Amino acid sequence: MNATNHTVVVTGIGATTPLGGDSASTWDGLVAGRSGVRLLDEEWAAELPVRIAARVAVEPTEILPRAQARKLDRSAQFALVAAREAWADAGFTGRAGEDSSVNPDRLGTVVASGIGGVTTLLGQYDVLREKGARRVSPHTVPMLMPNSPSANVGLAVNARAGVHTPVSACASGSEAVGYAVEMIRTGRADVVVAGGTEAAIHPLPIAAFANMMAMSKNNDDPQGASRPYDVDRTGFVLGEGAGVIVLESEEHARQRGARIYVEAVGQGISADSHDIVQPEPSGNGIAHALENLTSGTGLDPAEVVHINAHATSTPQGDLAELKALRKVFGDDVDHMAISATKSMTGHLLGGAGGVETVATLLALRHRVAPPSINIENLDPEADADVVRDKARALPAEGRIAALNNSFGFGGHNVVLAFRTV
Amino acid sequence: MAATQEEIVKGLAEIVNEIAGIPTEDVQLEKSFTDDLDVDSLSMVEVVVAAEEKFGVKIPDDDVKNLKTVGDATSYILNHQS
Repeated sequence: MNATNHTVVVTGIGATTPLGGDSASTWDGLVAGRSGVRLLDEEWAAELPVRIAARVAVEPTEILPRAQARKLDRSAQFALVAAREAWADAGFTGRAGEDSSVNPDRLGTVVASGIGGVTTLLGQYDVLREKGARRVSPHTVPMLMPNSPSANVGLAVNARAGVHTPVSACASGSEAVGYAVEMIRTGRADVVVAGGTEAAIHPLPIAAFANMMAMSKNNDDPQGASRPYDVDRTGFVLGEGAGVIVLESEEHARQRGARIYVEAVGQGISADSHDIVQPEPSGNGIAHALENLTSGTGLDPAEVVHINAHATSTPQGDLAELKALRKVFGDDVDHMAISATKSMTGHLLGGAGGVETVATLLALRHRVAPPSINIENLDPEADADVVRDKARALPAEGRIAALNNSFGFGGHNVVLAFRTV
Repeated sequence: MAATQEEIVKGLAEIVNEIAGIPTEDVQLEKSFTDDLDVDSLSMVEVVVAAEEKFGVKIPDDDVKNLKTVGDATSYILNHQS
């Protein structure tokens, strides 16, 4: 292994999601097949066409000090909660430098959001209209800027190798993890805290997504509304939360005696260049990303036993992804257990790639694929082994690999690969 | 009716507690907003706006830089309230 091709491993995991306030409770919820979707009881929701969403299970203000939380957009609050868990889980006992096992100059962060501080922006616009310019919070700009979660996590851990925020709508969280892998692989950093976060449960984004015909309007059955691969799927359910991991060069992790969860094999990236929001229906854009993954990393499809699919529960998108898998992997798809965890968490937009990376890592760690819930009638065109109803054991022995797929408005395709060590 | 010095310190303590999370009893005349009370430059703007509202005074931006301690702010408000 030469100096510019370091092996990258995952040493810390953190999350705050609709299923739990940390990664362990989130994993328990996923394996149990629990839905985090609820009816919104806020007054503003009453007149909306969509009145369901998946709120986080634990409010971040229960964890973060009040004075700190009030200067952070909700998306940055989630990111900080998840990053704190991941950082401690990786065995670090203070900020970089205070903990001498990590050099601040060799530590980076890459935490992404699809939309940024949208509730701060809209909330402060309300203040402007109702109370005047003098009352607009001086914290507005550092709260709403999309790099705020990454920058605040960087401040929390003392990251000086670089703080980044790739933005690619619902692929953002996965693109962030991929960017982090590259920072370490190419020698720019030894350790990177990476993931995705989103906090967009507000009447304006909901109305906007609903008017795109992208969301399920199944207000009468919140827990059954997100149903990837079911013939009666009608769109996604908005979720919120964050998933953040600690990535590290294998050399650095071994030197400090860290527990290694899995190897981060690498990423495949492509763009559809087809339509600003519609997925390329044949799956060719996604297939191109999968091909880039295998050619760029040497990943052997025979090792891949599990895929955390993007599968948002839209009629077109769910099938395009499966077509791409079949096109690239052929018969190998038959030994890949496909899970659509958005059936339980809802769609966290830029947070999805973070939370689903966490789900993918824990699936490898526990050798269990979580279920896709709410499939009453599997779409006959879903040509793959979808894990229905109940969690399923993955091969108990030997090296196994898994993928996390994320795609975003704009035609962004990101596939990440991890494998046991 | 104009507020007394004691009422102003109490009011500022409530504002600083809300914005910076500092216990109200720690907010005393000689304390520096930035050095002692965890009020950064952006949060100071919030303290000023909240104080304007609470005590019915106007504190121009040019005067804010002279309000380094709780005592500075208290004197300013005492001298400028209507």
